[in-house]
Amino acid sequence: MKTFALTQANDSAEAIATAAKSTTAQQGADIRFIGGGTTLIDLMKLNVETPKTLIDINRLPLDKIEALPDGGLTIGAVVRNSDLAHHPLVRKNYNVLSEAILSGASVQLRNMATTAGNLLQRTRCMYFRDTAMPCNKREPGSGCAAITGVNRSLAILGTSEHCIATNPSDMNVAMAALEAVIHVRGAKGERSIPISDFHVLPANTPQRETVLEPGDLITHVTLPPPAPGNRSLYLKLRDRASYEFALASAAVVITTANGKITRARIALGGVGTKPWRSTEAEDELTDQPATEGVFRKAADAALRGAKPQSQNGFKVELAKRCLVHALKLVTQPA
Amino acid sequence: MSLRVNGKKYDLRIDPRTTLLDCLREHLHLTGSKKGCDHGQCGACTVHISGRRVNSCLCFAAMHEGEEITTIEGIGQPGNLHPMQAAFVETDAYQCGYCTPGQIMSAVALSKEPCGQDDAEVKEFMSGNICRCGAYPNIVAAVQMVRQNAKQPKAG
Repeated sequence: MKTFALTQANDSAEAIATAAKSTTAQQGADIRFIGGGTTLIDLMKLNVETPKTLIDINRLPLDKIEALPDGGLTIGAVVRNSDLAHHPLVRKNYNVLSEAILSGASVQLRNMATTAGNLLQRTRCMYFRDTAMPCNKREPGSGCAAITGVNRSLAILGTSEHCIATNPSDMNVAMAALEAVIHVRGAKGERSIPISDFHVLPANTPQRETVLEPGDLITHVTLPPPAPGNRSLYLKLRDRASYEFALASAAVVITTANGKITRARIALGGVGTKPWRSTEAEDELTDQPATEGVFRKAADAALRGAKPQSQNGFKVELAKRCLVHALKLVTQPA
Repeated sequence: MSLRVNGKKYDLRIDPRTTLLDCLREHLHLTGSKKGCDHGQCGACTVHISGRRVNSCLCFAAMHEGEEITTIEGIGQPGNLHPMQAAFVETDAYQCGYCTPGQIMSAVALSKEPCGQDDAEVKEFMSGNICRCGAYPNIVAAVQMVRQNAKQPKAG
């Protein structure tokens, strides 16, 4: 691991002013905030990330989960995944988020990992993690070893000829279906970013994963009030029963009335280069009866743009079946 | 800086790169916590920070000043075993033993977590601790034995 200076942030303004001096907030940033460290320290050990300065934000007062007057929820940046997943209001109003978080990683990692950190979780693409290999995300212009290499676990949606790395987060998929808003304080003030605009597609700059700029500190995430009468769940398919990244997953938030779907929010995981909200699937479901035929049409719509690689063609059908099964489970009578 | 480990305060001068695991093992000579993968994947390094289990290989020691750190050495010793340690012995929940301190630290923490009663739940909650010898069935038995005994205190 390369040497670095570790500083403790005592207030947000000071932390932001320091981080604003970084050349980038993306891959290779020389100044980074550190929360749980579960991704960053791992990548620093691999020399994939080599920050010169770390700003420890764990003691900033960003650790609260609170109900909002409109019925929504605000989640502080350093709220641990365990605390978020088990919070009574999350369990009651945002079941899909609780299930998604608890399906990821291990208890130890969830006790460490933060909300903001999970939004910024890095891909598990083995070529990104191996500095001996080409990778456009890690080293722009070096090429993508995955496209011609081992790509079974990689993305089929949102890819480019430069990068097919999967966004590995489960939490982000639920956050996408819940239409979470990410609140950022930066050198130029505060702004609120819908999660669908927060992560960016790799295109020809896969080193850029989010819209964050140097100095931007995620302070909290808000969830809109739960849709009245909705039911939600997260279904994750993977090679092992536990402690494994998704091959395909689905976050579904559905409201039905008299056997008809009146509102649908759909996001897929394990298949996209970013948490994959599918408005195409939502459109196929809305105002339709909750039947398997309709679910299948929605799944076909969600995967219409899929571009399989040499080893992950199975993911197209797997993701469809995952979504269909999730919709069946969430609409079956209680 | 200083660290509080197993109720004792240690004054230290360390490189910021020092993980909590390396600090415990190499500086404090508390070698019970093991280094398996060193990437948060195997759980052999599991310790408790402020009562919660974490992978000490993915923590920088310098970020945990003032917090109460508990290692396998802090929960029991030969002749005065923690009930979970005794249960691991009784159910033969290990073979080579390398993952065992981490397994036990997870199992002790599990008893205070919202883990359901059945074996499947225990397996899910213990999935962050890998045992390459495959002692899993007996590990589950040890965890369940301690939980069972805690639920039904022996008469007298």
